Amino acid sequence: MKVLVPVKRVIDYNVKVRVKADGSGVDLANVKMSMNPFDEIAVEEAIRLKEAGKAEEVVAVSIGVKQAQETLRTALAMGADRAILVVAADDVHHDIEPLAVAKILAKVVEEEQPGLILCGKQAIDNDMNATGQMLSALLGWSQGTFASELDIDGDSAVVTREVDGGLQTIKVKMPAIVTVDLRLNEPRYASLPNIMKAKKKPLDEKTADDYGVDVTPRLEIVKTSEPVARAAGIMVGSVDELVAKLKEAGAV
Amino acid sequence: MAQFVDRQELDFLLFDVMGMDRLTSSDRYAAYDHETAEAILDSAQAIAAKHFEPIAAEMDANEPRVVDGKVVIQQEAKEALAAYAEAGFFAAGFDEGDGGMQMPKLLSLAVSGLFTCANNALANYAFLTQANAAMLRAFGSPEQVATYLPPMLEGRWFGTMCLSEPQAGSSLSDITTKAEPQGDGTYRISGTKMWISGGDHELSENIVHMVLAKIPGGAPGVKGISLFLVPRYRVDENGQVGDWNNITLGGLNHKMGQRGTTNCLLNFSDGGDTIGTLVGAEGAGMAAMFHMMNEARLAVGHGAAMCGLGGYLASLQYARERLQGRHPLNKDATSPQLPIIDHADVRRMLLAQKTAVEGATTLTSWCAALVDRMSVTDDPDEQKRLNGLLDVLTPIAKSWPSEHCLEANKHAIQILGGYGYTRDFPMERFYRDNRLNHIHEGTYAIHGLDLLGRKVRMRGGADFIALLEELDAIATRADAYGELKPHVAALRSAIQELSETTRTLCAEPDVNRSLANATLYLNTFGHVVIAALHLWRAETALTKRGEDDAFRDGVLASCRYFFAYELPKTQTDFAFLRGMDDTCLTMRDAWFGNA
Repeated sequence: MKVLVPVKRVIDYNVKVRVKADGSGVDLANVKMSMNPFDEIAVEEAIRLKEAGKAEEVVAVSIGVKQAQETLRTALAMGADRAILVVAADDVHHDIEPLAVAKILAKVVEEEQPGLILCGKQAIDNDMNATGQMLSALLGWSQGTFASELDIDGDSAVVTREVDGGLQTIKVKMPAIVTVDLRLNEPRYASLPNIMKAKKKPLDEKTADDYGVDVTPRLEIVKTSEPVARAAGIMVGSVDELVAKLKEAGAV
Repeated sequence: MAQFVDRQELDFLLFDVMGMDRLTSSDRYAAYDHETAEAILDSAQAIAAKHFEPIAAEMDANEPRVVDGKVVIQQEAKEALAAYAEAGFFAAGFDEGDGGMQMPKLLSLAVSGLFTCANNALANYAFLTQANAAMLRAFGSPEQVATYLPPMLEGRWFGTMCLSEPQAGSSLSDITTKAEPQGDGTYRISGTKMWISGGDHELSENIVHMVLAKIPGGAPGVKGISLFLVPRYRVDENGQVGDWNNITLGGLNHKMGQRGTTNCLLNFSDGGDTIGTLVGAEGAGMAAMFHMMNEARLAVGHGAAMCGLGGYLASLQYARERLQGRHPLNKDATSPQLPIIDHADVRRMLLAQKTAVEGATTLTSWCAALVDRMSVTDDPDEQKRLNGLLDVLTPIAKSWPSEHCLEANKHAIQILGGYGYTRDFPMERFYRDNRLNHIHEGTYAIHGLDLLGRKVRMRGGADFIALLEELDAIATRADAYGELKPHVAALRSAIQELSETTRTLCAEPDVNRSLANATLYLNTFGHVVIAALHLWRAETALTKRGEDDAFRDGVLASCRYFFAYELPKTQTDFAFLRGMDDTCLTMRDAWFGNA
């Protein structure tokens, strides 16, 4: 079985996000970018399937700017076998929307014929949580979202999902799309020898045009703003004073 | 989580200032392109963030203790070093032929820095092992290398350096540890070694000690000192760990900082024989140690810079968040308070840290880049020139950071006021950790003597002159920018004064008088070098104008601060040094009072 893992290059989770002065979005110039952490978990799971003898090949794919090849190299250094980069934007500020991403991925799936697609449940930059579901609809494949456990068993997959109030276990028919949640696994670090080996692994470069997909944004960003700053707190001298203040504020 | 790296600053230093990309044109470092270097730093940062930094405060608070004869250190320390080993960091700096990654020194210094800043006491175990392995590789026999190097590069066996004894520290010629030939090519090692970092613990399967000892009947003094490889557990012909080698733990030293690193008194041949093998030739022990010393000193200087960096980043974050006070003209007590970074004096304390840390890391990185250039040049004259530059720069690269980044830690504590004095914040730990860097690998004063007594006089002063030419070349490059011209003039004048002062001191026939103020000379010399490096950084930032205004302006502000607040001090100091003041030299013991 071949596993396809879409990965997204996003602002690094350690970076303090700054909104652009004109409110048009987040400033990404000269900012450290990394693989979306949920996608790292997807890559890790795919590699574990391969190590367990349940998959033969792991293919990572990324859609975005040319620099996303660095993100793909990370996937290769972790243990993916090869990578496909679909260049769909020149400017890092041009975010490819989930529907366009799903359409391109559907074409890639047509070419690659994977038995399983593992992807992050959402990207940490704009938290859309949509690509996996849209891709499932486009392909007509079963989907298991928010996976915290995954067991591939012949032509079906058992997926434990993190849902409100607990865990739900479902069985889906293969081929399937599984979007992964935080607790599925702990991704490995790329070791130095594997970083070096990754340089020699194949990385194909395509464009959105190769797949005939129009990536023009359909959504209009009206405004991006910083969260409201937290007001300073006050020290109270006693429980009575605390209760009085809370009453005053209408909180109790 | 405390921050332990500023990747934008690190990228600027490695790629823009030092031009690490250029190394890829050599066969030796062809694999280390920009993207690969970033991937390696990413991996190091991830491991340091997950395994090193989170236990730094805990390792400091619970220093290693002895239970039933065994050293107890928290389990997470072992797991952290296992993650470091698994990712291949133990072997990173070694040649591919030895099973390493052949990483450039410039990059490996930066990688080590990440781990040091995240958890200095823990990183020490790895660095000691790498230093030991490098020494083994350089001087060991093929058999010794084949047996001991692979497990150390895999991180299964750790290493130490055993030089000092209770009665002999800076003066190693007075050591008394004995190595008696057993007739089978091995030696029985007996004696006591002091201050052995990583000397005993259960973090690794074996510990390989590199021990200085004297063979009875050998030459007196340092010429009689040889180097021995002495494992904690004896190793059989198949490389398997076997019987205990009768090295007992006399006790753990209880230190001010770097408390998670065990520091031991070790007794050799205690109750039974401790067997070791000779490394290199008889009597060549000190030469082997000196061979490794430049590298070790560079590592100590960089460690000091990393303690400074940790304090700087933490105090900067605090200064941006902590609300306290209002501007002097604002008398409205109901108006909101300011973040303390808005107070000019807090900014002074931040700038003092920023310039010290940037100056120190640029200096240690420059030295590392010189080491890399030496590894890739075939030209013997260039080799000699680079080696000479490193000889003169090394005492400064070890010492200047240990003095001025310790001072930076003082400012970091001060910015937090009372909070900075508590263990709720990491500043006091950085200060305590950093205090060692002023002492070990040659104290501050020893390096003053080394610089003024030896280094600037070597080869008729040729190396010293070569360094002055390098500094002048920096001034020439910076002269292309109008806004840097005043600094260029100030630097050239300081270089001139350094040159004249050095000539005066070296011409003094009374050596005691010439060297009486060597420590101040070291500090002042360091200031001139650091000023040049700030100018180099400023020139680089201007050349790359337009990429990130705030970052570039920050580099320029550091340069401006150093030239305004620090470099002018050298004028007074140089004049004082030329006067060869003998206040300390002529002070008498009896005048000090009663103690």
